[in-house]
Amino acid sequence: MPKKEQSLKGVFVNGILNENPTFRLVLGTCPTIAVTTAAINGVGMGLAATFVLIGSNVVISLLRKFIPDKVRIPCFIVVICTFVTMIQMLMQAFLPSLYESLGIFIPLIVVNCIILARAEAFASKNGVIASAVDGAGMGLGFTLALTLLGAIRELVGNGTLFDMQILPAGYQPMLLFVLAPGGFIVFGLVLGIVNAITDKIARNRASKEAML
Amino acid sequence: MKINAFEIGSLLLFMVNCVLCNNFIFSRFLGCCPFLGVSSKVETAAGMGLAVTFVMGLASFITYFVNMLLSALGLVYMQTIAFILVIAALVQFVEMFMKKGMPALYNSLGIYLPLITTNCAVLGVTLLNVRGDYNLLYSVLNGVFGALGFLLAIVLMAGVRERLESSDIPKCFKGFPSSLVIAGLMAIAFMGFQGLVK
Repeated sequence: MPKKEQSLKGVFVNGILNENPTFRLVLGTCPTIAVTTAAINGVGMGLAATFVLIGSNVVISLLRKFIPDKVRIPCFIVVICTFVTMIQMLMQAFLPSLYESLGIFIPLIVVNCIILARAEAFASKNGVIASAVDGAGMGLGFTLALTLLGAIRELVGNGTLFDMQILPAGYQPMLLFVLAPGGFIVFGLVLGIVNAITDKIARNRASKEAML
Repeated sequence: MKINAFEIGSLLLFMVNCVLCNNFIFSRFLGCCPFLGVSSKVETAAGMGLAVTFVMGLASFITYFVNMLLSALGLVYMQTIAFILVIAALVQFVEMFMKKGMPALYNSLGIYLPLITTNCAVLGVTLLNVRGDYNLLYSVLNGVFGALGFLLAIVLMAGVRERLESSDIPKCFKGFPSSLVIAGLMAIAFMGFQGLVK
């Protein structure tokens, strides 16, 4: 079934590139700004959200024929909440230091718009496998975006990357980038650059098609 | 219950702290989605802020008792799920109540009300109340004044964005990117309040 594989791959890549939840859809901004003070926090938050996304997408897609349309949002929230509580307990048990540094933002994955948006827009309309792949793609897109932002902020604000000293010792760290304002500013600038790049790609493609 | 001058002083300090120093948007990063999404006009921003204030105050009040019940039953791990259900029910209730009782306000807030359920500031404040071990009075004050800080931030932001509408900024920075950079600059200004309360 080459055609089906192709479409699953399309769904997966869609979450990472075309519809990247952070840079293209601009969803889930609160954890994006709050936890990206260091690259490792970005990875942790992203993977936690990925776990919840895959789990909730699979369960909601399995239940999509049974959930009445009128009460679907509360049902989605309960399913999402179950997975969030699971990841919260797992992290508390096995990764206590990461759990501490992410703090309140782990339980707040419940109200992360990305997860509810995927449940509503994808999992409630598609099959189980496609939904799981969509969850994985979206989650990885989110993780990559958070890691990128975290890496920039950690490098400029602290001179390190994943806790390794990268910049020479003489570098004066710009503390502002690790603090609150840096989160907003770095996210804004990166978003602007991503917009410019995608614009350029779209224009190039259009002009190429026009030449043909 | 007797409240002495010292307690009133510390209450006032707590309120100022909630609005300015620990501002929900600029230092706790809660409620950024509506802050960016609903801040293009001052009036809608103020409406959203007021609706959030109302829900956050009520949610803090109710979840205080829900939490007492959960800890009495030894079900603390059900916290998140219980709180979000309380908030969702509360928002639904407020919506129905407003539709009947205050149609004018309902029409101006209409579409923003359901959005409050997924506003992380509301769930955030209830979780912060539990983590901070606040008593009932402080929980409600944390909810109401934290939300007033949110109101202040979103109205200021809308004011800036209304002015920005007519200015000539690069196309790729229109919308979210420029709003985020503005929010960053505002956060620097709010950092100045940090020394106010020790």
